[in-house]
Parts: sequence; C-alpha cells; structure tokens
Amino acid sequence: MNQKNRSLVTLEDLDKEKILHLLDQAAKFESNPNRKILDGKIVATLFFEPSTRTRLSFETAVNRLGGRVIGFSDAATTSSTKGETLKDTIMMVSNYADLIIMRHYLEGAARYASEVSPVPIINAGDGANQHPSQTMLDLYSMKKTQGRLEDLNIYLVGDLKYGRTVHSMLQAMRYFNPTFHFIAPSELQMPEEWKDYCRHYGIKFHESTEFNEDIIADADILYMTRVQKERFSDLLEYERVKNTYILHRDMLCKAKPTMKILHPLPRVNEISQDVDESPMAYYFQQAKNGLFVREALICNSLDIQI
Amino acid sequence: MGKSELLVAALQNGTVIDHIPTDKVFDIVNLLKLQEMKTPITIGNYLSSHRMGRKGIIKISDRFFTDHEVDKMAVVVPNIQLTTIRDYEVVDKKSVTMPDEINGIVKCPNPKCITNHEPMLTRFFVTDKECGSLRCRYCNKEITRDEVKLL
Ligand SMILES: [Zn+2]
Repeated sequence: MNQKNRSLVTLEDLDKEKILHLLDQAAKFESNPNRKILDGKIVATLFFEPSTRTRLSFETAVNRLGGRVIGFSDAATTSSTKGETLKDTIMMVSNYADLIIMRHYLEGAARYASEVSPVPIINAGDGANQHPSQTMLDLYSMKKTQGRLEDLNIYLVGDLKYGRTVHSMLQAMRYFNPTFHFIAPSELQMPEEWKDYCRHYGIKFHESTEFNEDIIADADILYMTRVQKERFSDLLEYERVKNTYILHRDMLCKAKPTMKILHPLPRVNEISQDVDESPMAYYFQQAKNGLFVREALICNSLDIQI
Repeated sequence: MGKSELLVAALQNGTVIDHIPTDKVFDIVNLLKLQEMKTPITIGNYLSSHRMGRKGIIKISDRFFTDHEVDKMAVVVPNIQLTTIRDYEVVDKKSVTMPDEINGIVKCPNPKCITNHEPMLTRFFVTDKECGSLRCRYCNKEITRDEVKLL
C-alpha cells in the first residue's frame, strides 16, 4: 500500500498483516453490504479498456456504500483517443473525484497514475500485469471456504504461462505456506521466472501435464483458468490438449468433500455445465465475494474504517 | 616507459576510462558520443592488463562526466574505472558500480509498457548488480545487460 496516497497498485505492496486486515474488513461487508459510509464521496471509474464485469462490481460497491460514481467505460469515449496523455486525464479527473478506480490496456499504467495523482488510485487491471482486487477475492474465497489460508493444497489448472491471476496468487500466498500443483499443457506451463519466485520464497510446488481424478484427489482448492487457442504457437498441440484440461463432474469422485472449485470467470468450456450443480462449485459465489472485497478496498483507500 | 603506459600519461585535464572489456570500447565511444567531440581523445584497445588479460582504455581531454553519464556507463559496461585529472593530478579515482535504480537511461523493451506511450521517465530497479539485470518499475519486465537498449 502506498501510504503517501493510499493507492493500491499491486498486492506485492501489501504485507501479511494488511492482507488479513482487508479480508476481515471484507467479511464485515459480507455480513452487511449496505452501509452509507461514502456519503458525499465521488469515485471515478476510468476504464480505458472495457471490462463490464469488473466495472459493475466496483460501481455496485460504491453505490451500496452510498457514494456516487463518475467515469467512462470505454476508451473510445474519452479524450485519450484525441491524444491526451494519461497524466492529463488523471489530473483532470482528480479535480472532481476522491478516488480513481482505473483499468488500462498498458502495463504499469496504474503505477504511473498513482505517482502523478493527488487522490488514491485502485488498479482494476493494467494489461497483462496486475489485477489486485481479483487476487483479493480469490484469497477471500479460499479463506472463507477452508476456514484458513495457511497450509492449503492449491491446484492451478490451465494456462499458467499467461494467466496473470495465477501469478498474483503466488505472490499473495507466499505468507501462508501453501503447496501448489501446476497442471498445464507443456506450452503453457508456469514460467521459469515464477518457479524461481517460488523457490526464493520457499513455496512448495509440483508440476504435471496430466489432469484427472487421481491427480486432484488431495486438493483443497482447484483453480481453473481458460486455455485459449490464440495462446498456442502450435495449433496441432492445441487440438491435441484442448479437451484435456476440462473439468467434468465425474472427475470429482475422489475429491475431498471440502474441496472448492474456483475460476476467475468468464469461463468458456473449461468447466463443464454439470459441475455447476456440485456443492464443490464455488465460482459464482467467488464472483459475488468480489463485491465485499472491493467495498473493503475502496474504504481502505479512502481511509474509512468500519 | 612502455607503449601502453605512454597512452595514459600526460593528460593535463580530463578523464581516463580504464578497465574496459575489449568488446565494449566502441560501445562507450557511441554512448558518450565521443566521435562528435573536438578535443584530443586517445582510444586504446587490446592492451595488456594484469587483471583482465586484455583491456581497453579511453582518455579524453577537458571532459568530465555527470552522474547521469556515469550511470549510463554502469548499465552498459560493468566495473570500469574512472579517473579524473586536473592539472596533471589525479583528483578522483573510482570503480563505476550499478546504482540501485536507473532512471531515464534505459528503454523498456515491452511495447505494452506505459513508459513507451507517455512522456515520462523510465525507471528500473537493479535486481542484480553483478549481472546488471534490471526490472521495470512499471510493467515489471525483467531485462539482462545484453538486452539493454539506451534511450
Ligand atoms: Zn516497462
């Protein structure tokens, strides 16, 4: 957390105590999401890249707390298409808003905005780089369903090469002694630099290209991600593996009864529809948790305690 | 007096850049735009060195370097030695080492990095001073010394 202006750019800026504090705050919002504590506050949501799902979640959070929202949902409607710099847009908006929530297609945009902005910035995604509120809601969902964050067996499945959510999860979980299992096709395995990160922080991990009921029998958390065709340089390889990393209901037969399935959404076909009826399916509730987590992040950036 | 010693002797005012790896001498020339200077410059290469076997050396009359220029050299060429001479006396002698942060010197190779789209300074953390590896403060891209492109 940038204490100077209380921006949230990346989870790497948060220590363990701060992460746990924010998760506690989110739990309070879950018990009562409607609190008029942002009365008189104006929050800007600047989406230079459209993301309806994330924007609605943040804007709902502001509305449920009694604040007001200004902003735009698509760069095509903003002056950046007329060549205005990001800095100028941020300076202009900070004249009106108490907090800026921004999503941008360029990596590092939120960090830069937090350096020039007189009001706090919350990063709602900057290209392939960071998306801290997504990671916080993943953590919240794990803690809520397992009763703890320590010592979890976490299985990350699918695209581990390009998936920023799985990389952020490694960073955020480094405080909690997890054991990770990386399950991915050979083209999309966890990059070496992230495995080095795990070694550096003493995070245990195992790797596999196989995905079946025996492999996942020990999982506390099964974190599914999309395997997208455009990520493959070899399309034959894609055709060969495209059905390998799909979760079917019958693959849950040996799973722990407390195991939960997470997914950052939107899903395409990597979780088959019959899984939705399983008590282990948690991805829709997970998305709902995003609201409580974002309420907590917004209040934190505005220095409002509950 | 041997020939290589002759090369570094008798600079009245200026800077001697010593301990340059033989394949980096002309990188330094380009970096400091020495080819555009109109003062006496001596460039030596493949000179014997106790420490390095073979080395390069550049001595430049009436030219002193700013911290910014020294940082630039540190990014491209590790462990060179800079000697400042005034009135035939050595007034400063130091090994150039990587600073903790490199600001406004290196271009980020990531085309989707904000620094390539905004009129702003680039900023890199030095993640390993020995290897000269850097990490972009904005997009987190890691680069090695060989991948470094100067602005
Ligand atoms: Zn960069």
